[in-house]
Amino acid sequence: MRYEAPSTLDQAVALLAKESGEARVLAGGTDLLVQMRTDLIEPVLLVDIKGIAELRQVKEEGGGFRIGAAVTGAELKEHPRLKSVWPGVVEAANLIGSTQIQGRATMGGNLCNGSPAADSVPALIAAGAKASIVGPKGRRDVPVEEVMVGPRKLSLAKGEIVASFLLPPKPPRTGDAYLRFIPRTEMDIAVVGAGVCLTLDAAGKVTAARVSLGAVAPRPLLVAPAAAALVGSGVDAAALQKLDAAARAACQPIDDKRGTKEYRIKVAGVLARRAAQIALERARKG
Amino acid sequence: MAKHHVTATVNGDAVEFLCETEDTLLDCLRDQLGLTGTKEGCSTGDCGACSVTVDGRLVCSCLMLGIEANGKSIGTVEGIAQGEKLHPLQEKFLEHAALQCGVCTPGFLVAAKALLEKNPNPTETEARYWLAGNLCRCTGYDKIIRAVLDAAAVMRGA
Amino acid sequence: MQEKVKEPGSEFKWVGTRAPRPDGVDKVTGRARFGADLSLPGQLVGKVLRSPHPHARIRGIDTSAAEKLPGVKAVVTARDFKDQPSEFIPAGEMMINYRDVVRNVMAREKALYEGHPVAAVAATSAAVAKRALKLIKVDYEVLPHVIDVVEAMKPGAPLLHEDLYTVGVDPPPKSPSNVAKRIEFVLGDVAAGLRQADVVIEREFTTKPVHQGYIEPHACIASVSEDGLAELWGTTQGHWVVRAHCARLLGWDISKVRVTASEIGGGFGGKTVVYLEPIALALAKKAARPVKMVMTREEVFRASGPTSGAHVRVKIGARKDGRIVAAEAELKYQAGAFPGSPVQPGAMCAFAPYDLENVKVVGYDVVTNRPKVAAYRAPGGPISEFAVESVIDEIAARIGMDPIDLRLKNAAKQGTKAAYGPKFGPIGMIETLEAAKAHAHYRTPLGKNQGRGVASGFWFNIGGETAVSLSLNEDGTLALTAGTPDIGGLRASLCMMAAEELGVPMDKIRVVIGDTNSLGYNFLTGGSRSTFSSGMATVDAARQLIKEACKRAAKLWELPEDAVEYKDGAVRPAGPNAGKHSPMTLRDIAGIAGKTGGPIVGYARINAAGAAPSLATHICDVEVDPETGRVSVVRYTAIQDAGRAIHPSYVEGQYQGGVAQGIGWALNEEYIYGDDGKLQNPGFLDYRVPVASDLPMIDTVIVEVPNPRHPYGVRGVGETPIVPPMAAVANAVANATGVRFADLPMSPPKVLKALDEARAKGTAKL
Repeated sequence: MRYEAPSTLDQAVALLAKESGEARVLAGGTDLLVQMRTDLIEPVLLVDIKGIAELRQVKEEGGGFRIGAAVTGAELKEHPRLKSVWPGVVEAANLIGSTQIQGRATMGGNLCNGSPAADSVPALIAAGAKASIVGPKGRRDVPVEEVMVGPRKLSLAKGEIVASFLLPPKPPRTGDAYLRFIPRTEMDIAVVGAGVCLTLDAAGKVTAARVSLGAVAPRPLLVAPAAAALVGSGVDAAALQKLDAAARAACQPIDDKRGTKEYRIKVAGVLARRAAQIALERARKG
Repeated sequence: MAKHHVTATVNGDAVEFLCETEDTLLDCLRDQLGLTGTKEGCSTGDCGACSVTVDGRLVCSCLMLGIEANGKSIGTVEGIAQGEKLHPLQEKFLEHAALQCGVCTPGFLVAAKALLEKNPNPTETEARYWLAGNLCRCTGYDKIIRAVLDAAAVMRGA
Repeated sequence: MQEKVKEPGSEFKWVGTRAPRPDGVDKVTGRARFGADLSLPGQLVGKVLRSPHPHARIRGIDTSAAEKLPGVKAVVTARDFKDQPSEFIPAGEMMINYRDVVRNVMAREKALYEGHPVAAVAATSAAVAKRALKLIKVDYEVLPHVIDVVEAMKPGAPLLHEDLYTVGVDPPPKSPSNVAKRIEFVLGDVAAGLRQADVVIEREFTTKPVHQGYIEPHACIASVSEDGLAELWGTTQGHWVVRAHCARLLGWDISKVRVTASEIGGGFGGKTVVYLEPIALALAKKAARPVKMVMTREEVFRASGPTSGAHVRVKIGARKDGRIVAAEAELKYQAGAFPGSPVQPGAMCAFAPYDLENVKVVGYDVVTNRPKVAAYRAPGGPISEFAVESVIDEIAARIGMDPIDLRLKNAAKQGTKAAYGPKFGPIGMIETLEAAKAHAHYRTPLGKNQGRGVASGFWFNIGGETAVSLSLNEDGTLALTAGTPDIGGLRASLCMMAAEELGVPMDKIRVVIGDTNSLGYNFLTGGSRSTFSSGMATVDAARQLIKEACKRAAKLWELPEDAVEYKDGAVRPAGPNAGKHSPMTLRDIAGIAGKTGGPIVGYARINAAGAAPSLATHICDVEVDPETGRVSVVRYTAIQDAGRAIHPSYVEGQYQGGVAQGIGWALNEEYIYGDDGKLQNPGFLDYRVPVASDLPMIDTVIVEVPNPRHPYGVRGVGETPIVPPMAAVANAVANATGVRFADLPMSPPKVLKALDEARAKGTAKL
């Protein structure tokens, strides 16, 4: 197995594009190394992107934030402003695994690992984040919800890398939140994940909302009907009921060792409500 | 193909070793450098027995390749005591009987030291959540948490 | 909050204090060496090829391609181990059969579980070993499998062993089955007793197999010289047992094998048997090089013993005043691939905390296509006692009696005859119940969505063969060698008992766990026996040493032996001769040892008897999330009788550790199998043991009802703590939700489903 540590994005793209065997991007390695150890994958080339400066930075850009795909969850938490502007995104990234995992794991890896249960993805989707993808043909920006098409299946072409995420400027009176359900208090893969971002008008009514669910479908979902249930409301009990129902209706979950179909559907509704309530609190404050 | 030649610092000492691409940092610490204090409990990042710090950051060494340690400064359990003088965490672990079989202890000490460097005054809840990635099957965590909070108090001069 | 109910009049200097642990510094600095921490020059890596099928006949194994791979130095299969006739031997508190041991170590006729070893290689690197395994061709005839205990008992179920005929049924069966044995304990007349009952409750329970979950995987390194002398280093609860098994399986004299126990990173019963050791030795002999073998975590789950999953039916009848008039239980425990579940101790313990006239317990030991079960902390007890303690709780609720009062009314005490035979000496059941009732925890008001549960528990503890050597060094310090691996505090406790006997400071006594050549036979660390048995032997050895020291001084002073005594750390002339000679410390005695007869050593070799049961009562508070069914333990108090706590911190640690395992067993731990008979969660990600943020502080109360048959009153404490938690948690959940859970684990999907069903019926409290 070869190991390369390019210092520019172009070099990384070139390495990945020309490799005929299985090539993998190495960022945090917290999924990759496990898959290699259990022989799920046998790459011939690892491209370590941590030496590429722009992938390791968090910059304020156009009123929003550009987050390099190889920034770790722990670093996101330490950024002086990011957590106060997008607490849902930062908390989601820091729910992945343990303190040790958060010391290495990245949102780029979390997305590109292609697990429907990825924790940071519903939060990014709810925030309206875009993924900046760089490849042999140049750069394209896509909504995060379009990157994963199914379990372990991405909409990336050969040689393309997710280089960064762009979080849009946050309108006033906007709050985001991510909750997940796991059987223990830490360390489990999400049985259900729910990300909600909503914006209020001066009268406290929701003018815009995005709701994303994880672990209840072959990929993280952007659930428009769930958002619609909130828009125009003050997030009162009736709106929350509609949100719950819309969230449940959107689920296409499976039975597996982490949860049953019916359980995931029920809890998706519960978490969507609870995340909406936290997002509401945050929106009222800022 | 030829092995990688890695130079790094471990517990303040300059080291070098050879490794294959697929060798983890854990493998290298234990097998190349003879530092067997860091333990392998699961090799999937779920138990924390392999905890080390890399440039001050707490990580699982089973989830890092040896080659990724090139140029980095690694901290293991063997570097926590200062010569003969035990660190307050080590003393408090002994005083509180925070270890029974002791195999998870190196990981807990490295993780707890990283906690207190970041947050010198953690609450019980903060300590428990920080340490959730370190499994212990013997103690039920009670005495470990007490030892960590007591060491924190000592280190604050409280 | 840790409390001790201390016996008045205790005046020990070391015993009962929280003395520093002699092996502690090595463990906090990373210096201590566990099973995988030793390496030898020229060592090879050993790896095992494991069956991918849960049940298959092995028609042939072709290892030729693997043997030819450069870097491969040895390959072994079942041919390299001596077949064994049927012979039962004790292993901890369970019995195992050598015929099954040799087949579990390496499959012979059949692969009986996914993960069953079928071959092994030793090679110059892990990568070569892995490639070699892929080159081994095994011709499997895949057979239908059965993994559920009730299914396995049905006629027509896939048959694991063609020669297994149920023992313990009359008339003996004519056809083989998967039921290895049936056992029965009867006291009085249950049918008659039930007719006196005002309330009778009968319930069925299921539990899933759970793993001991030790953080250190199995590991060993073996080296065999060309003249057949073998050395083995590894992690084990019993190195004499390892020596015996390896010698037997390989057909070598026991004297040829020398086993050193490394530090052990957890065992809980799971390291009382051999897995890798005979394989490593066989490979090392063939390769004429040391072979190191370490299991991956996945191998630990797929191929090392969990404890049984079970199906249990319990029926209890009681009068309105709380007196239990009859109790009956039927236990079906799965043994995994070979007979030997802990159904017998499970049956013995089920009703043991209670003084009952009419009891009947029937148990079945059933084989299934899963890894062979191994002992797990109070083997069998937590399962049967979970069921019994749940039904007792329901009876208390039905007759409107406080659950502690109901237990007090029926508590076993000194003189009670247990259903399984013996009459109890002094035991602490009543004391722990009263301490629970008086504890602040029991009076604290509960919060929203919370519930409280109480459960008691019993475990017998064992003694067994033990040898200890205590030598006086030339400068008066001491060398103590014991033979039971130290799983967490033993060396401290032995050092304290020796210090107490000798009247010398603990740091003058160095305690080591010797290898198999250093002492006579030592039975393994299990059955909560090491502080009890090695402690008893240490005291014996110390008293012998003192006697010898007195003899030497008497010789020097030309006094008769009985005119000399040992007091306050020195030999002194006694009685009328007092003051005639200056006292001689052990240092002084050591100085004259050579000229008065040679080295001074105390050597104890005993088959420790008199181990006494340890009883416990636990109080648990839970909080249930009504919308997700997640159960959190928010407060827990474990009250248990230690007889005498030699080192209170380590006794508390045993209580807390057992509680944590019991909570995991109750809430989230289980082996998850697909219909294909393959394990889906062989890792700590989806095999969910409690993490630090899952648990509250675990308060403990040490009750002391001394065991009169131990010099310091010690009772084994290590196992009882895991017995009550499952029922304590289930009873608390029932109290919070109004729903009783009879199927463990109480994972959130199951809790939510049951809550919703109860809500539909109007019986839910949440």
